[in-house]
Formats: sequence, C-alpha cells, structure tokens
Amino acid sequence: MSALPFLLLIGAVCAGYILNRVAAKSIRDRGDRLHSMTSYHGLFSALLILVPVLTFILFWLMLQGPVIDRLVMAGLPDGALGERGAGATQLVLAEIKSLSRGQVFGSPEEWKVAAASHLSQLHQRADWLLIVAVAALSLLLMGLARARVSADFRARQGVEGIVSGLMVFCSVVAIFTTIGIIVSLSYETLRFLKHVPLSEFLFGMNWEPQIPLREDQIAAAGAFGWLPVFLGTMVITVVALVVAVPVGLFSAIYLNEFAPRRLRAVVKPVLEILAGVPTVVYGFFAILVVAPAIRSLGQSFGLDVAPNTALAAGGVMGIMLIPFISSFADDALSAVPRTLRDGALGLGATRGEMMTTVLFPAALPGIVGGVLLAVSRAIGETMIVVMAAGLIAKLTINPLDSVTTVTVQIVTLLIGDTSFDNPKTLAAFALGMMLFLVTLMINIIALRIVRKYREAYD
Amino acid sequence: MNDMRKIERDVKMTDTKITARGVNVHYGDTHAIKDVDVDIADKTVTAFIGPSGCGKSTFLRCLNRMNDTIDICRVQGDIRLDGQDIYDKRVDPVQLRAKVGMVFQKPNPFPKSIYDNIAYGPRIHGLARSKADLDVIVEKSLRRGAIWDEVKDRLDQPGTGLSGGQQQRLCIARAIATEPEVLLMDEPCSALDPIATAQVEELIDELRRDYSVVVVTHSMQQAARVSQNTAFFHLGHLVEFNVTDQIFTNPQDSRTESYITGRIG
Repeated sequence: MSALPFLLLIGAVCAGYILNRVAAKSIRDRGDRLHSMTSYHGLFSALLILVPVLTFILFWLMLQGPVIDRLVMAGLPDGALGERGAGATQLVLAEIKSLSRGQVFGSPEEWKVAAASHLSQLHQRADWLLIVAVAALSLLLMGLARARVSADFRARQGVEGIVSGLMVFCSVVAIFTTIGIIVSLSYETLRFLKHVPLSEFLFGMNWEPQIPLREDQIAAAGAFGWLPVFLGTMVITVVALVVAVPVGLFSAIYLNEFAPRRLRAVVKPVLEILAGVPTVVYGFFAILVVAPAIRSLGQSFGLDVAPNTALAAGGVMGIMLIPFISSFADDALSAVPRTLRDGALGLGATRGEMMTTVLFPAALPGIVGGVLLAVSRAIGETMIVVMAAGLIAKLTINPLDSVTTVTVQIVTLLIGDTSFDNPKTLAAFALGMMLFLVTLMINIIALRIVRKYREAYD
Repeated sequence: MNDMRKIERDVKMTDTKITARGVNVHYGDTHAIKDVDVDIADKTVTAFIGPSGCGKSTFLRCLNRMNDTIDICRVQGDIRLDGQDIYDKRVDPVQLRAKVGMVFQKPNPFPKSIYDNIAYGPRIHGLARSKADLDVIVEKSLRRGAIWDEVKDRLDQPGTGLSGGQQQRLCIARAIATEPEVLLMDEPCSALDPIATAQVEELIDELRRDYSVVVVTHSMQQAARVSQNTAFFHLGHLVEFNVTDQIFTNPQDSRTESYITGRIG
C-alpha cells in the first residue's frame, strides 16, 4: 500500500519519457529540425515529473502521521481528556494507536475504541488521497511537459537546468547540515553556560561532572573545567602522532620510491585494509594486548604504570592512523612531477638524495595537510579511547598515567538515564562544541596548506 | 663548400668521447632500439633526429643510464665513455650521471631558489669546500648558461618563477654546475618560443668549446643550425650517421632523404 505511490511515480516518469520522446521523434520525422535530441525531450518530461512529485510524496508521508494524530485528538468527545497534562495525553494517544493496530489491553473505554477506528479510517483515507493526488499531479506535469514539445523547444537546456539545480541542492545539504549542527550545539552550550560560567569552563583545572542528587547533599557540587580533559586528548593525540607520523611517512617513502613494484602491489592494499578495521576492534586490541603489555613491561623496570595508560590508547590510535598518513604522503609524493625526479637523478643524485632534497620538500605541504587531518581524526576519535583510556580527568602529561579525553567524557555524560536540564548532561554539549571548534580550526589550516601546495610547482 | 670542409676537418681532429656498439633496448615486449652503433666526438655537437617514437630519446637516455630508473626497460650492448664500459657492474650510475649531465624536454627547475637550483649538483657531489667556493661555482655556471645578467639580482627567488626560456637556461646552467664531460639534451627547445629557442641554440654552440653535446631534436633546422654531426633514427634503427652538412645536402639513404624533404615523419 505504501509502495503504491512510488510505483505510480515510476510509471508516470517512464510514461512521460516515452511520450515526449515519441512526440519529438514524430516532429523530426515530419522533416523539422529539432533543437534538442529526442532523448533530451524525454528526459525533460521525466525530470519535470520526478522532482516535484517525489518531493510531494516525501512531504506527505512526513506530515501524514502528525496531522492525523492531531485530528484524532481533536475529535475526542469533550471532557474525555479532562485535566490531564501533556504526558498523559501522549499516553492516551499511544493507547489509541495500539488499539487501532488490534493490540487490546484490558477493557478500554468506549470513546477510545471509537477514536481508534476513527484513526485507522483516517489513515486509509489519507493513503487513497495520496494516490489520487500523485496520479493527478503526475498527469498534470506530464501534460505540461508534453505541451512544451516543439521543434525549437530547448529541452537540453531545460534538462541541464533541472540537473544543475539538483546538484546545487545536494551541495547545499552538507552546508546546511553543518550549520544545523553548529546551531543545535551552540543552543545547548548556551544553556550549559547558564549553569557554569564560561571562565570556569575554559580555564578550570578540575573536571568532576557531578551534580547534587538532593538539595541538601554536601560535597557534590561538581567542577566543570575542561582543561584536564582537553589535556588528556592532547596527550593521547601526541602519542598517536608520534607512532603514526614516522611509520606512515617512512612506509609511504619506501612504497613510493624504493619498493619493487611487486612488493608495492602487495603492501599498499594490505596497508589500506588497516584503514578498514573498525575502531572497536582496535579498542579490543588496546585493552587486551597493548595495555597489559605496557603495564608489565613498565613494572619490570620498576615504573608506576596505570592499567589503562594514555600510551596504550594513543599507540593503538597511532596504528589506526598509519594508513591514513601513509596514503596521504604517498599521494603527495606521487603528485610531484616525474620531471623533477629525472632532473635530480640526471644531476647524479642518488635516490635517497633525490627523496630528501627534492621530492620530500616539494611534497611537504601535502604531507603536512595529511598530518593535520590525522590530528583532527585523533582528537575526534572515540571508540578506542572509550575502551582503552581512563575515566578520571587528571592534569598530567605523563603517558604512563591514565587520562581521559573529551570524547570519552561526552560518551560517559550521555550514557544512561539522563535528563537534559542539568549542567552534567549539558556539559557534554559544551565539550562537543569545543571539540568541533578545535577540529574545525585544524581542518581550515590543513585545507589552506593543501591549497597552497597546489601552486607549488607547474 | 669551403665551410663544410672546415667543419669536417674540425671533427676529424677531435677524439671520440662515447662509443656505442650493438645497442638494443626493450621496453617490456617492445623492441625500441635495434642494433645501434654510434661514435660521439668530444667538443662537438651531435644531433639525433628522426620522427616521434623512433627511439632517439631512448638511446640518449642509455648514455647516462637514465633508463635504469624505468623498471621495464632493458638495455643490451656495449656503450663506452672514454673506453670505460658504462654498463659495467663496477660503474656507479650516480657517478656516471655526474659526468654525463642531462637537460630535459620540459624545463624542470626544482621548487627552490635559483641559487639552490644551481648549487644542487655541487652540494650533493661535494664540489665546493666553502660557501665562497659555492658562490663562485653558481656565478660561473649561470654565466655559462647565459642567464647570469637576468637573474643576478634575484638569486634567492624561486626558479619556478622564471619564464620558460629562462627556466631552460637555468636547467642547463644547473647541469653545467656539476662539471660534466658530456651534456645530453632531450629536445631542449620543444617547449620554448622562437626567441628563447635562439638563445638556447646559441648557448649550445658556446658549450661545444668545453663539452661533448648530444641534442635530440624534432626540428631539422635546429639540427642543421647547431650540430656538426647528425644521426638519423627511424623505427629504432640508426639509419644514417654523418657530418651534418652531408646528411642534409647529400643523404646516402633513401629514408633519410624522404625524412629531410618532408615525405615521412
């Protein structure tokens, strides 16, 4: 039943295509010279039907539920709801809905049964109305498109116009989503800042996101200074980069310049498989293998090592970033023109000299751009640190200590039964906002560097 | 006629710098160079001419083992520089390339300053003992590359900012800076306009005093203008090799005649 409008639409689109194409063909067969090819006439009709009708169906399906709910509730007998609050009204509606699906619990009141049958009646009517509307709209548009067919109708320009409109829409979607994210984050962040002053959040040295459960509870006021959390993120990011940058870079240099072709053909895909490993799996690896190994190794040297160290989480995150950096560096090195390699070799440079003195400097901006993108990935990475890093915010830069990160705190603050009106929960949004700003800044820098790099040679 | 005899005598007086015997080159399954024998004289400009894809560039790249950098390329035969087999196992291609410099079709200055471009070779080969030494080498090379006056005030600016003709002369100066004995030029003027071409050609003629120069070119006029000896390649064969004037006025092979009169190529 719900697929029927879509089938109807597909049918109308095909019919419109064929109709206009045949019409255009018959004009051509009469000996007139068409401005556009016949297939463009067909496509014009198809698109003219597809876009508005599809939009119409989607909007209808989105609005159908709420509108019918509103109608049903309005149609209830006077006084049935009485003085109930909003929550209770929701419950009544849910009960009516399950009645209409045939799920009867106990013996419902008479007016609820009536409302349930009213509901299913409305739904049925709405479905039919939609089908009729789709058919009418399709026919109307088909007729409109058909009326346009003539020897000098510019169907190609029409199609190009519609398609470029669609492309504009698609590119705008991403922008508007970003704006939406910023707006919702800022809204919640502002609510958080009503409870906690901005200066405490930005410069506070303590992070203890607790709130009193009772009015009279002592010693649970909570502290919301993000510095220790952010420092934890930075420690783990630095550890990750210390692992990922040299390994990724050297593997890229080796694969790009020194590796025999056969080895490259094997190693490069394998390296890229690493990029496809889910981060949860890296998390397991970190807690089950790396963290215990670091702990026992450190203890054998007599060091005090926490069970979930920044070193373990950061190290495993670094492994995750290796393929990222290596493929970026490889692309940057491959983009250096062959003539520069030849130039250096032709002057009697060894491959190593060519790499360090010509290729690498020329590719450096691209490599730096890749590294910065890796930084923003490391900062935003969640799963590995949730599993392998600690929960307690400590103001430390010792990688053998347990630290927590911004993402871990966001997850822990939002897990479980939470209400969205206390500073503890809202703090998650403020942290998210900061994370967003930091990665945004890094991405902007990275993009600038990458853009500059495009002008480096040629 | 008198002129021609003079050049002939010139050539006979000079020594042979490079001898190639029975050179064959394969790219994968393609047989690119077939049994080429050639003698390249010292202090002379030798031109390789022929239609596109005839193997002249490939053969040129054999002379400093640049073909080694291409995985699928195999070189067979005997190529000697001053009597020393350059494909001998004991020869280091890196040192060979310092001795046999190369200039490429497309100007390829490094994205570094003009100074650093010239100083590149001397630095990697340790030719300068001090900064002052290096300054001297850079100035000398830029003068020999006939570009000193144009760049002397902006040595610290990137070489990529120069015009195409200046870039190519910069690349020639860069090749000279390593003190090579032979200079290989792979269509050095094909990316340049006529004025820049004239400047580079003049430079090539200058360079003949100190180096053995080998120029690959598409332009027969250019070969006639700058070279003393000319080799005509066709489909991987060395068809004819002779004094330039002989090739252009009295070709021995019918294919050479067809090419220089414009019937093939």
